[in-house]
Formats: sequence, structure tokens, C-alpha cells
Amino acid sequence: MSIYFDHAATTPISDLALSALTDAAKKLGNASSLHSAGRSVRKELEAAREQIAATIDCAPSEVIFTGTGTEANNLAIKGLYWKAAKSGKKIVVTSTFEHHAVMDPILWLAEHEGAQIIQLDVDRNGVLNFDTLNKAIAENREKIAFISIMHSNNEVGTVQDIAQVVRLAGDIPVHSDCVQSFGKMELSFNELGLTAATISAHKIGGPLGVAALILKKGLDIEPILHGGGQERDLRSGTFNAPSILAFAAAAKESRSKLGERSTAVRKLKQQLIQVVKEKVADAWVNGNQTNTLPGIVSITFPRSDSEGLLLLLDSEGIACSTGSACSAGVQRPSHVLLAMGLSEDETTSTLRFSLSYSNTIAEIEKLGAVIASVVERSRAASGKK
Amino acid sequence: MKKLKVIAAMSGGVDSAVAAARAVDAGYEVVGVHLALSSNPKKYRSGARGCCTIEDSHDARRAADVIGIPFYIWDMAEEFHKGVVENFLSEYQSGRTPNPCLRCNEKIKFEAVLDRAKALGFDGVVTGHYAITKDSPNGKTLHRAADIDKDQSYVLAVLRTDQIAGAIFPLGDTVKTDTRKEAKERGLFVANKPDSHDICFVPSGDNAGWLRERLGSETGDIVDQSGKKLGEHKGAYTYTIGQRRGLALTVPDPTGEPRYVLKIEPKSNTVVVGSHDALAVSTISATPPTWCGPIPEVNKNLRGFAQVRAHGEALACDYKFDGTNLIAYLDEPVFGLATGQALVIYDNDRVVGSGTICETI
Repeated sequence: MSIYFDHAATTPISDLALSALTDAAKKLGNASSLHSAGRSVRKELEAAREQIAATIDCAPSEVIFTGTGTEANNLAIKGLYWKAAKSGKKIVVTSTFEHHAVMDPILWLAEHEGAQIIQLDVDRNGVLNFDTLNKAIAENREKIAFISIMHSNNEVGTVQDIAQVVRLAGDIPVHSDCVQSFGKMELSFNELGLTAATISAHKIGGPLGVAALILKKGLDIEPILHGGGQERDLRSGTFNAPSILAFAAAAKESRSKLGERSTAVRKLKQQLIQVVKEKVADAWVNGNQTNTLPGIVSITFPRSDSEGLLLLLDSEGIACSTGSACSAGVQRPSHVLLAMGLSEDETTSTLRFSLSYSNTIAEIEKLGAVIASVVERSRAASGKK
Repeated sequence: MKKLKVIAAMSGGVDSAVAAARAVDAGYEVVGVHLALSSNPKKYRSGARGCCTIEDSHDARRAADVIGIPFYIWDMAEEFHKGVVENFLSEYQSGRTPNPCLRCNEKIKFEAVLDRAKALGFDGVVTGHYAITKDSPNGKTLHRAADIDKDQSYVLAVLRTDQIAGAIFPLGDTVKTDTRKEAKERGLFVANKPDSHDICFVPSGDNAGWLRERLGSETGDIVDQSGKKLGEHKGAYTYTIGQRRGLALTVPDPTGEPRYVLKIEPKSNTVVVGSHDALAVSTISATPPTWCGPIPEVNKNLRGFAQVRAHGEALACDYKFDGTNLIAYLDEPVFGLATGQALVIYDNDRVVGSGTICETI
């Protein structure tokens, strides 16, 4: 029986989402069509939009469906930049430890569209340095196109004080990648005062291939995909009604069970940390543990090699991830952990475990039974001193 | 009994894919590993030549999926650069002609990979090489493959007995056409993928150009054996012993005989040419010897066969170990033998040992 500790990569589709998906897939009609078949699909699709809006506390018209979280991030980042660049605002403020789906479009803008990047540091705990944010805003207020800071980090789980970012930003647009936070903790688009937020279905028990950009009402940005203009003229492409309905089902379910699930998952995570530390005395946990996602934990096993750890755990039937960037299949030091001040050797000695309410204490005990020997063998193979 | 665990090195080609599949059939617990040999994938791994392109790593992964084994990519770029590429350059700089495939087997596949595999708790490394290992009272020995045209024992003759002990070659008894047939039957789409021939880190196939780029192209003299200048060369290390074409000599030979590269002298940056007869070599010294089985008694003359090129002929010879060098005395001379290549000694089909050719007479 395999043990899955990689729920931040993707998590099983829930029964409710799966039936919503298959029921809707059997139904004929393009939601853009004016005839009754189209209208019937459209009605369900808009109800799904309202449900999702309710779970993140925004207006339904602020939900723009996209194919993936990466697409939503690209739409926000490029769209906000192109809009601002028209009035000469070309500075993008972001952090050093964003997901590649945020970092790479920003780098692309710098390479191709003349954007200037200000990257804000994070400390050893993965917490944003507000002094540098203050300074960046004070010095460049009139020239900043937008600020993009992730709500919570996908590798270490650290949650940022986005409300404070928005307060400091004033009228500068703020985008936040909320993919890991959505459905896992309290999240209100309105209360945070964000301009744009990215959420995705498959991290919360919805299907793959559907996500959304939450974008403030009345804000028109440049689209990336041009065509029929289905989503507020900002995103074209036939409505993926079955996936959107399943997304809504998953969002509603995770919202309604948020409290009990996050308590259970947080408890499992504490148990996992305890078990690992008992077996591997010098292992340490990365990131702020007071303001963190319930299910993500990053653990460094000094002098080991995360590739070896992963291989050996996999052969024991335990799935987790190295949390490192992957270039042509070759592990590279994680920019997130480097940004937090870990050495290259330490970043490639680190694993990410991400838990769900479906994990059990027995599974964590199984990890505890093998981790010491796995780390020992990986250390022997790593050549690290 | 607990299953033996092995790493299958998967290049993305047909041989290593079938070898991995056969290891599974043989009852091993197999984990597929593709070796990333370049730190800059765009540098070596562009184009479809050689054996380390990005397509190859995808092909290897797909084959592992079809076989149903876990698959990982191991970054061996640093080890490869140090052990193979740098050695390749420094050998050319010293006027020798290296064989990087031997170095890769010696330093990467059966050292870096095997060591790592063992440390992780694996029992050995499976590759798609065409060679046979046999159990003997003195441990495992290395032998020629059944398919003599594909036999790769020459490029494996750099393995020590402890490395041979950890090596598994499931294709040793198979002819290549059968390997392709089997790949097809197993649903491995790499069945018809062409064999790799080039040096994998020279994707263009232009070895001379690649060397010129890295070592410069300082012109120098082409001279005859008496030292008389006959022409100019464009970088001594881009010539090979025995080479006849492309010399562009300005002084014709008085007898009208074609001339061949006899020697490359990096210190004086000269290329020495002469007649075909002058290329004849009967005695070959190689160092340092690697023994693929028992070490021969010092200074004892033994009968065997020498091979001096991959897929070259087996040359009948006497050979001995003088305590430092492995020396072969050929029954019939060979022509155009470059230092830096490997001398491999066979006792019929068994590999006795090898060394890097340092002197020829």
C-alpha cells in the first residue's frame, strides 16, 4: 500500500467533484450558445462561479476561469504589467522565493518588455522583509507597475502577511499566488484588498486543468489568449463547464470542512515532525512554524541527498518531493531555500512532505520506521561532508 | 530470499531499455537511472546525436514507464566533465588519441554510478553493453559478447574485478537484431532508434573543430622523420596517427609514395609524417594496467590476443606484465596505432586486462 505525502503537488479528486465532473461531461451544450442547451450549461456554470466566489469572498464577476494556475499567474502578471507600462510604470516588486509560475513570467517581462525587477528578501524563516518592501515603495511609488507576493509558499508552507503588503502598497496593484492557501486556510479576497489572486482546483480535490484568476471588478488588463472573449474579454476559449462545476464542488466542500480538516492535518504534521526528529536527531524544519499552512513541511536532513532520499522512500512505497526546481530532469538547488539562506548542500538535502486529511498516523509511523535507514544510506551516497 | 536490487543505467537507446526489461524478468528489483552528463543541457544535449540529448532522457523515461520501473535522472555532469571531458582534452594536448567511452565506463558508469548505487543499498548496475561476465573461482570474469560485431568488451576492459563484480550485462548472449526485435515485442518504441556512434559531448560530430575551439589552433610545422619541413598544420592535436588525408603538404615525396602521420609532438607543436612502412608497430607498451581477473605473474611470457581499437581485430601476440607496463609482442605488425588508445589483452574470449598505450615500436 503506497503512502502519499505529496498533496501540495496534487491531491486526489474528491467524490463530489468527480460526480460533478462526470455528470456535467455527459451534458450537451456550449455555455456561450444562446439556445436552450447552451443556456442550461450556462446556468450551472454561473452558479459554479458564484460558489467559488463565495468560498474566497469576492464578487462572481471577479472570477476568471483559466486552464491552470500558471496561466492565471501569467495573465495577472503580464496583464497588469502591460496596463501599467502604458503610463510608464515598469517596476515589478516581488519576492525572492516565488513559485516559478510567478517568477518566470516576471523574468520574461524583464527580458522582453523592459520591466525592472525589485526582489524582496525573505528571512531564514521564509518571512518577507517589510523594511525592504517599505523602502522599495517609498523610493519608487510612481514607477511600480504592481507587486506580486505569494500568499503561502509551496515548498516550506510559510504564510505571508498579505494584508500588510496591501496596506503598504496603497493604490499600487497587488497580486498574490494563493494556490497553496486556497481551501486550506481562511482566505478573503475582499478583506485582503488584493487586486488579483490565483487559485487552482487540483490542489483542493478538484480536477486538473482548471484554475481561476480573481481580478478586481472593473479592471481591464491585456489578455494573453485572444479569441471569443468568453471570460470578461480577458480570457478566451470555450468554457470548460464540467471542470468548472467540479472545481466549484471541491471548493465548496473544502470550505465547509476547512476547520476540521486543517486541525486534523496540522496535528498530523506535528506528529510527522516529531517522528522524524526522533529518528534523525539533526534533521530540522524550514520556515516559520507559527504562521504556516497546515499540511506542508520542509525538512532538511543534513549531509544527505534529496534525490537519494526520494528514490529510497519511493522504493519503500512513500511518495514525497524534493521541493527543488527541476531543470531537464536534473535537480537544482531550490531557489526558495537558497533565498531563506540555506547553503546549496542543505537545499539538496531537503524534502517536502505535504499532507492531507486523508493521511493517517499509521502512515507517519511507517515513515518513522524507515527514515533513519533511508537517511543513513543517502548520506553514504551523497559524498557530502 | 530477498530480491537483489539493481540500478539500470538507461541512455534512452534500445540496448539499455531491453537490458533493464530483462533484469526485471530475471527477478531483480530494478530502478532505472538516466545520467545527465552536462550541467548545461543546451551545450552537449542539443541535437539527436550521441547519447545524452534531452530527447534521450525522455526516451529513457518512457521506456522505464513501459517496463514498469521507477526512473530517476542522476546529475553526473561534474564527474563526467572531470573524468571524461577534461581527460579527453588533456590527452589530445599531450599528443595522444583518447577513447572517451572507456573513460566513461571506468569513471562514470562503473565508478560514480556503481558507488552511489551501492551506498544507497543496491547490489549492482545493469547496462546494455554487449559483453558477458562469468563466475569463476577467482570471482567474476569479463568475456566477449556472443555477437562479435557488437562486442563491447574492449570498452569495458578498464573495469577492475570489483567493478566487474557489480556489473550486469543482460545482452551478452544476444545479437543486436534480436535485441531490436525483442524491444518491439515488449512495446518499447525505441526499437528502431539508430545506434549512437559519435562522441556524445561533440554533438556536431566534428571532433577536430571541437578540439580547435577549445585548444586553439596554433599552426606549426609538418616535418619528415629527419626534421625537414614539408608543410604547415592547423593545430597538432587535430591529427591522428595513420592519417593520410588533409595534410596539404607543399613538398612532394621524392618517391611519390603517400605519407602518413607518424607522430604528434605537442611540445614542439610539430606533426611528423612518413611512409606507410614507418607506421608498422610490433611492440606495444601500455600503462597503467587494469586487470579484469587474476594478475599475471611478472615477466612471464604468455600467449593471447591483443586488440587496439574498438571493434578492431584480435591480433595474435605474446604478452607480459613487467611489473609496471603491460607489453604485447604482435605476431604480425599493425599500422597506424595511436598512443592514448587502449591495449586490451584477451585469453581467447576472456579479457585479461588493459592499459593505455604509451609507447609503440
